[in-house]
Amino acid sequence: MKVERGEVEHVALLARLKLSEEEKEVFTSQLNAILDYMEKLNALDTGAIEPTFHVVSHCNIMREDEVRGSLPQEASLENAPDRAEGCFRVPKII
Amino acid sequence: MEYETVIGLEVHAQLLTASKIFCGCSATFGAEPNTHSCPVCTGMPGSLPVLNRKAVEFAIKLALATDSHVASFSLFARKNYFYPDLPKGYQISQYELPLSTEGYLEIPVAEGGMKRVGITRIHMEEDAGKLFHDEAKPFSYVDFNRTGVPLLEIVSEPDLSTPEQAADYLRQLRTILQYLEICDGNMEEGSFRCDANVSIRPVGAEKLGTRTEVKNMNSFRHVERALTYEIERQKKVLEGGREVIQETRLWDPAKGVTEAMRGKEEAHDYRYFPDPDLVPLTISLQWVEEIRKGLPELPLQRKGRFVKEYRIPEYDAGVITASKALADYYEECVRLFPEPKQVSNWIMGDLLRLLKEDEKEAESSPLSPKQLAAMLGLIKDGTISGKIAKTIFEEMYKTGKGAKEIVEEQGLVQITDEAAVAQAVAEVLQDHPKEIEEYKNGKAKLFGFFVGQVMKATQGKANPQLVNEILKKKLS
Repeated sequence: MKVERGEVEHVALLARLKLSEEEKEVFTSQLNAILDYMEKLNALDTGAIEPTFHVVSHCNIMREDEVRGSLPQEASLENAPDRAEGCFRVPKII
Repeated sequence: MEYETVIGLEVHAQLLTASKIFCGCSATFGAEPNTHSCPVCTGMPGSLPVLNRKAVEFAIKLALATDSHVASFSLFARKNYFYPDLPKGYQISQYELPLSTEGYLEIPVAEGGMKRVGITRIHMEEDAGKLFHDEAKPFSYVDFNRTGVPLLEIVSEPDLSTPEQAADYLRQLRTILQYLEICDGNMEEGSFRCDANVSIRPVGAEKLGTRTEVKNMNSFRHVERALTYEIERQKKVLEGGREVIQETRLWDPAKGVTEAMRGKEEAHDYRYFPDPDLVPLTISLQWVEEIRKGLPELPLQRKGRFVKEYRIPEYDAGVITASKALADYYEECVRLFPEPKQVSNWIMGDLLRLLKEDEKEAESSPLSPKQLAAMLGLIKDGTISGKIAKTIFEEMYKTGKGAKEIVEEQGLVQITDEAAVAQAVAEVLQDHPKEIEEYKNGKAKLFGFFVGQVMKATQGKANPQLVNEILKKKLS
C-alpha cells in the first residue's frame, strides 16, 4: 500500500474536506489504485522525451497592459455570505 | 560562544503596471474597497487569466539589471492554501522554472569595498487581497482590490551576515527598481515588502542553524532593529541550552520584539502544480536584447557619470545616486545652480540630515531643488552669509517659504558695508581690553574669539571675510 490512511486525512485537511470514516477507507484504496496505474506508466522509458507541462502546445498568450474596468462593488459582493463597509466580512483572522 | 549570522531575504515588489497581472482591472492603490476586482481576480468559474506583457517586460528588466539569467522557458504554478485574502484558494506564482535565476547585487561593506550578494531567483506572481481587522468585533474585512496586482519575488542567497548588510541590500535593490521605474519602492504602503530568513551558527561551523522567518518589517530601520533583536533572541535560546524552533515570527515595532505568529496554518504544504489555465512563457533572445537596449542608466553607472561630469568625490556621488529621487534632485539643482560640489555639500549635509530626522525620502522633500538653488544664488552674490544660510535652509524646509522671502522678513541680509562692520569690530574691541592684551602677548587663538563676538553682535549677518580683514588691521 502506497498511501496510508493518515495521508488521506492530511490531504483532506489541506483541502478542507470533511470525510467520514467510510470515505477515508474508500479514498485510500482508490488513491492506491490510481498510483498503481501510474506505476505502469513508470515502466516506460521516457528518458528521451521532453516533459509536457501543458495539454495545448501554445506558448506566450499575452495581453497589452490596458485597464479594462472591473465589476462594481455591489456585483463583487453579491455572493458574499457576509459583508460590511464595502468588504467581505469573515471571522476574525489573527 | 561566538556566533555568526546568516540572513537571506525575500522581497516582494509591486510592479507599476496600469492593469493587473492576469486581467484588465486597475492595479492602482487607494480605490474604494472591492471596486478593482473581477471574475478573474476572484477565480469565478469560467474565467481565464491572461498574462500582462508589460509585467513580463518589467521582470526581464530587473533580471538584466541584476545580471541574472533569463529563462527562455518558464511556467506559472498554483500555490495552494486557504486564507481569506486569497479568493481562489491558490496564488498564481512560479515554482519550477521561474523567469530568472542566478543574479547578484553588490553592496558596500563596513570593512571597505563591495560584497556580492547572490540572487537565487526572481519570479512573477500575483498579490493577495488586503485584510483589515476589527479591534472591537470578532471580524476581519477583505478587500480584493490588491488581488492580482503583479509582484516580483526576489529571493537572495543566504549571503548576508549582519542586519546592516541586509538593510544595504534592500536599499540597493529598491534603488535599482526605482531607476528601472518598475516599482515605487514604498515600504510603508507595502509596494516593497521584505521577509527575512535568519539563523545563527557557531563561528566556523559548516551546517546552518535552524532558521526563523521574520515578517512585518515596513521600513529599513525596522529591518535592522528586527534582525538585531532576532539574532540576540536566538543567541539567548542557544546559550540557555534550548533549540531554535523553525517558525514564522512577526516584528512588533511598538514593543521592539519578534513574536511567534499564531493562527495562520503553518503547513508549508502548498502542493504546487503547473497552472492549467496559463500556457508556458517563452522569452526570445531578441526580446531580451530589445529590453537590454532600452535599459536606463543604473545607480552604479550614474555614480560614475557624476564623478566624471560634475567632478564631485566618489563618496558624494555614491550617497546621492543611492536614491533615484535624490540624484534627480541633485541634477535639477545643479542645472539651476551650476556649482556641483557646493550643491552636493548642501544636499548631503543639511538636506539629508533634515530628511532623516523626519524619516522622509528625497521624493517627499518639502524643499524643492529650485528653492535650494535660489538660496545658493543668494550666498554667491553675497546677499547672505554661509552661516545665515544654514538658518534660512531650515526655515525654508520647515515653512516652504523661499529664501528671498525669509531674508526680507527677518532682515538677514549680509552686512557687507565696511563702515558698519568696522563699527561692530570697534565696539567689540572696546568691550574686551583684557583679551586684546592677551592676544598681543601671543595668545593667537583669541582671534577666533573676536570673530565670534563680532558675528554675535551682528546676529551672524556680517560678512565673515570682511570681519577677518578689519580685525586683522585693527589688532596689528
